[in-house]
Amino acid sequence: MISEYIDHPKEADNFNEDFQRTTWHDETLWFIREKRDKATKSLPEWEELRDMAAAIKSNVLSNLDDYLIEFETNAIKNGIQVHWALNAEDHNKIVHNILLKHKVKKMVKSKSMLTEDCHLNQYLESKGIEVIDTDLGERIVQLDNQPPSHIVLPAIHLKKEDVGEIFHKHLGTEKGMSNPQALTETARIHLREQFLSGGAALTGVNFAIAETGGIAICTNEGNADLGVHLAPVHIASMGIEKIIPKLEHLGVFTRVLTRSATGQPITAFTSHYHGPRKGAEMHIIIVDAGRSEQLGREDFRKSLNCIRCGACMNTCPVYRRSGGHSYGYTVPGPIGSILSPGIDLKKYSSLPFASTLCGSCSDVCPVKIDIHTQLYKWRQIIAKEGKMPFAKKQGMKLMNYVFSRPSLYRLLGKVGRNVLGILPRFMMYNSLNAWGKARELPTPPKESFREWYLRNKK
Amino acid sequence: MKVALFVPCYIDQFYPQVAIATMELLTKLGCNVDFPLNQTCCGQPMANSGCEKDAISTGMNLVANFTGYDYIVGPSGSCVLHVREHYSKLPQTKEVTKVRNNIYELSEFLTDILQIQSLEANFPFKVGLHQSCHGQRGMRLSQCSELNQPYYSKIVPLLKLVKGIELIELDRKDECCGFGGTFCVSEEAVSARMGIDRINDHIKNGAQYITAGDSSCLMHLEGLLKRKGSSVRIIHLAELLNSSIN
Repeated sequence: MISEYIDHPKEADNFNEDFQRTTWHDETLWFIREKRDKATKSLPEWEELRDMAAAIKSNVLSNLDDYLIEFETNAIKNGIQVHWALNAEDHNKIVHNILLKHKVKKMVKSKSMLTEDCHLNQYLESKGIEVIDTDLGERIVQLDNQPPSHIVLPAIHLKKEDVGEIFHKHLGTEKGMSNPQALTETARIHLREQFLSGGAALTGVNFAIAETGGIAICTNEGNADLGVHLAPVHIASMGIEKIIPKLEHLGVFTRVLTRSATGQPITAFTSHYHGPRKGAEMHIIIVDAGRSEQLGREDFRKSLNCIRCGACMNTCPVYRRSGGHSYGYTVPGPIGSILSPGIDLKKYSSLPFASTLCGSCSDVCPVKIDIHTQLYKWRQIIAKEGKMPFAKKQGMKLMNYVFSRPSLYRLLGKVGRNVLGILPRFMMYNSLNAWGKARELPTPPKESFREWYLRNKK
Repeated sequence: MKVALFVPCYIDQFYPQVAIATMELLTKLGCNVDFPLNQTCCGQPMANSGCEKDAISTGMNLVANFTGYDYIVGPSGSCVLHVREHYSKLPQTKEVTKVRNNIYELSEFLTDILQIQSLEANFPFKVGLHQSCHGQRGMRLSQCSELNQPYYSKIVPLLKLVKGIELIELDRKDECCGFGGTFCVSEEAVSARMGIDRINDHIKNGAQYITAGDSSCLMHLEGLLKRKGSSVRIIHLAELLNSSIN
């Protein structure tokens, strides 16, 4: 596959063309960030919980092989069929084979970023199998043939009027109908039909417990349950990092997950699955897809702590003002910007630069991933591997040349200030000056501090 | 107390009044201030762009300038943090380690080292405090809104020592302004939009001045304020603490 370069600045520029909509997007996500602040501050032990969650994850990542085998052994004992997939292709084929065996023509799917990343829907559709996303947000974007723009809130970039338009086009609602209650009722009726006619249900996995061989899935809509309980086949797809050692650890994660994600104390549904119903089948597919490689990168392995809460997106001032689609990766925002370069360094090389390194992402992260430090470290790798524009790299070398020669720095500073002071406006503010598009340049002073110092102090 | 003054390059070239105010303030507070004459830049613009290896000789020039001082003080959280954290990439000689350990941001130095309890300063205006990210989340100069921790600040008590000042409350007390070094030109659209949202928060809440510990954030916000034709002005923390406007 030819990797297409993701130009984040360009996508972000397009997003910002609609000023009011950018305001709305920023404020909507900031509202969730504030809900998260309230929820986390209501727990005196919040910071301790973050420490515990990070410590458990650190233990998991150091002993992942053992925990995975323990999980598999216990899952098989529970009557679950366990499959291992090295990559997306493997995963998709395994799903397809299970569906073929059961002659499934339609599969209902609750939210799973992993299957988004594997492009499972497209794959199965090419094989003549219909896939219905049952999470409301995911269904909305699926109907409109868009990818999710957020991992927890897939349709957060759409306003209710947009949803009304999509439903009008695909579900036959009245044109211009944008009442949220009516839209939700429409989706509910539509999705019930899908649940009843689904031949298999696929879910993601929030946590896989090594000790019990069971999995836990967190949803607010109960759509994972509904799908699984109605269909004769349940397929659960998980990345290798979803393991936690013991059931007693689950409480730490359910407490931090939803408070971080939406500011709720817990999701409306926390569903535990320990095996198939009588007469039904349960499959778990354990997927690597680049995770082992990331585990081997010392500076970046901690990114596998991620429990997909989305808090780093909600707090990120860049994400809020550029939208999830501008990242061109299944997981957008700060966490996506440290995961994606490990998948394709060249394609995603603009993402680690889509940050001011303000550090807010690292501070909201419930599993204490040093996100902004990893962004900085990916930048060093991108520059070193030559994935940076030649002119920029040369510019940096030139800066170092000047800054390590004090008299040259002073000379150029003086020339620069003098030139700035006399240039006519049209020569300073044009398409070559990105600074000046929205901002005035500082008024150059007559003398530098050093010149003042020498004149006054010596 | 002997103190070496660290003046970031853009302050030296564009905002000399900030360095002058820092120097006067420290002198007033009893410090004997030296200005090493061959200092240039800390190397942060290159390092944050991914070229920390290309910033080593710039870093070594800074170290050579500040070797031998027990206290190095700079009016910039961002540049000071860079020296402290990212000079781990320089050869860890005795000189490098000492500079990394002995460098302070201004408000941190006034609060933790000088522990000042009073100031001769007057500034009879409504002021909004912009918490620059590297000082805030990098150096933990005050409580961070993301963390569940008790309130503290190394900057607000200093501002409260200034007579006549009225500190305004912001809707978002520690959101980034969008400067971000080369981010301000490479991600121009988002950078400008972040800055516009920051200045609007200050304007909406009645600020006449926006202050901060970093002139880089202020340069960005000033550029936007001027373009907008706003009457709101910027002032670096050092200038504010050194002012005597009645």
